[in-house]
Amino acid sequence: MEAVAINPLKRTRKRHDRIGDGLLYGLTALAALIGILVVFAIIWRVAYGAWPAIKEFNVGFLWHNQWNATLGEFGARDLIIGTVVTSFGAVLIGGPLSIAIGLFLSELAPPSVRLVVGTLIEMLAAVPSVVIGLWGIFVLAPFDAQHLQPILGRTLGWIPIFAHGQDRVESTVFTAIIVLTIMVIPITSSICRELFIGVPTELEEGSVGLGATRWEMVRTVVVPSVRGGVVAAIILGLGRALGEAIAVTQVIGNFIPLKTSLLEPGDTLASRVANQYQGAITNIQVSSLIYLGLILLVITFVSNFLAQRVVKRFELQRGG
Amino acid sequence: MATPESLGILLRAQGRTRRRLIVNRIFEGSVVVAAIFAIALLGLMVWSVGSRGSSALNWDFFTKGPAVFGQAGGGIAPSFVGSFILVAIATLFALPTGVLAALYVSEFAPPRIANQVRLWLDVLNGFPSIVIGIFVFALMVKVKIPVIGIGRHQSAWAGGFALSIIMLPLVARSTMEVLKVVPSHLREASYALGVSKWQTVLRVVLPTSLGGILTGTTLAISRAAGETAPLLFTCAIAGNFVDWNPARSMLSIPLTIFEYSESPDDNLHAQAWAAAFVLIVVVLVTSLTARLLLERSRRKLGAAR
Repeated sequence: MEAVAINPLKRTRKRHDRIGDGLLYGLTALAALIGILVVFAIIWRVAYGAWPAIKEFNVGFLWHNQWNATLGEFGARDLIIGTVVTSFGAVLIGGPLSIAIGLFLSELAPPSVRLVVGTLIEMLAAVPSVVIGLWGIFVLAPFDAQHLQPILGRTLGWIPIFAHGQDRVESTVFTAIIVLTIMVIPITSSICRELFIGVPTELEEGSVGLGATRWEMVRTVVVPSVRGGVVAAIILGLGRALGEAIAVTQVIGNFIPLKTSLLEPGDTLASRVANQYQGAITNIQVSSLIYLGLILLVITFVSNFLAQRVVKRFELQRGG
Repeated sequence: MATPESLGILLRAQGRTRRRLIVNRIFEGSVVVAAIFAIALLGLMVWSVGSRGSSALNWDFFTKGPAVFGQAGGGIAPSFVGSFILVAIATLFALPTGVLAALYVSEFAPPRIANQVRLWLDVLNGFPSIVIGIFVFALMVKVKIPVIGIGRHQSAWAGGFALSIIMLPLVARSTMEVLKVVPSHLREASYALGVSKWQTVLRVVLPTSLGGILTGTTLAISRAAGETAPLLFTCAIAGNFVDWNPARSMLSIPLTIFEYSESPDDNLHAQAWAAAFVLIVVVLVTSLTARLLLERSRRKLGAAR
């Protein structure tokens, strides 16, 4: 028999070992398969649930701007804009802060501080979103309305997005942006720290040896050599912000149509689903909400895939 | 004595160099400020949860059900029981599946397939938790599942299943990381003794990495315990009493915080803070302990190599 010639060990193996190997292989492969299948089951089930709304409203849903349960008219435009504005706002504030924190932990802090601060920031990631939302409602939102908004209104009020009315609004898009920033920082900064620590010490020492200051070393050596990774870290943070439902729905005010100013209530895709699902009665409303979920799924899917690709390319560069 | 100044040598930077040093100072300063800012935020949050939450804590809070609406007192005992059952169900599904999937990737799969599994687990990890809530709602709450007979209504099974989807990629990825650092000479020694693959995996690889797997699972549990969005449509509408039957819907801590925070009642706000305090203490303590243990077991494995 040919098989024996190729693998002489096979004959000596005991029968229960063959069964054991096969069984363990089968079980582990099945578990891995389940992991992959869940992803596709989610995509399929959400698309299937959204199907009635897709048939009814078509792609026009994306730019139609109505959300009226009694008339049965639904559209997602302002929710998509709300999601994009809040998430990008959070990344715009959280991204640079995270890079700075990463640089502090990798280049400046002494080892003991590095460990403590690094752990603390990672613990910020472990705080459940509903707790951040609770804090957002009762601490951040009032502070925002009483102190931040008047300042912003006075100094930047001439820009339409910071226009500030007479009455103080507690639930605002701006508050949601700050809440999301708090959720973005731990993810992005801990990845950035890992990246900066990974920069070869010889490169850094070479730069310092040539007389560069710390800032010049960071600008010319550290950051350029991990640029792709930093971009990916920011995209991963963005993914977190895009999909956050609970904390946002607690502070944003759940209101469309969207106003121009950030200091007014708004809404996002995830937040609307979280807020209205329980109250949804008609099938078409439920389906429209699932449609929102589908849009959200596509957006986060694309952004995460993008991050993966950037990381992959970056790893290849590193290896080469 | 000849000081540098007396010899006419300038030790203070001037001109361009001076500007470079100032720019450097600004950079260092702003980086430090950013780090302090992030920590101050965490401190502020923990402090406000702690100070507002601890005042509403008392024995009734842990042992009694909610008071009649508008009345003071009462507790959230049903939510504690509910959260416990939900997390237990989630762990029951996610722990074996996650560990086995990780074993497949690190011990059996060819590199190409291993990469695929890793990729899709990462994709799953990136899915918004609210979408997972929708998925389980459409799968288990809206329709009746044949054979098992669960469905058509919210249940702890559905909620726990939704949480297990959150946990699965976390458990699998952390287990993979631990399996990666199991020294290969241990495996080789086992093979050299003629031990078969499955025996090697069960008796050498798994016991060596057990500590790491447990810490990874603990981190995943602490994440699942705080998730609200997946429970919103799968396990939210429930009676105000302690219920141990997973076929029925039950209350949970995160959802209680969420609902109380949106209510107009001051007494409920206080209870929401107290619940948040308990939740945050549990989550922070478990994740900190897990992290420290992980660090230790990694060092131990590293030393064995």
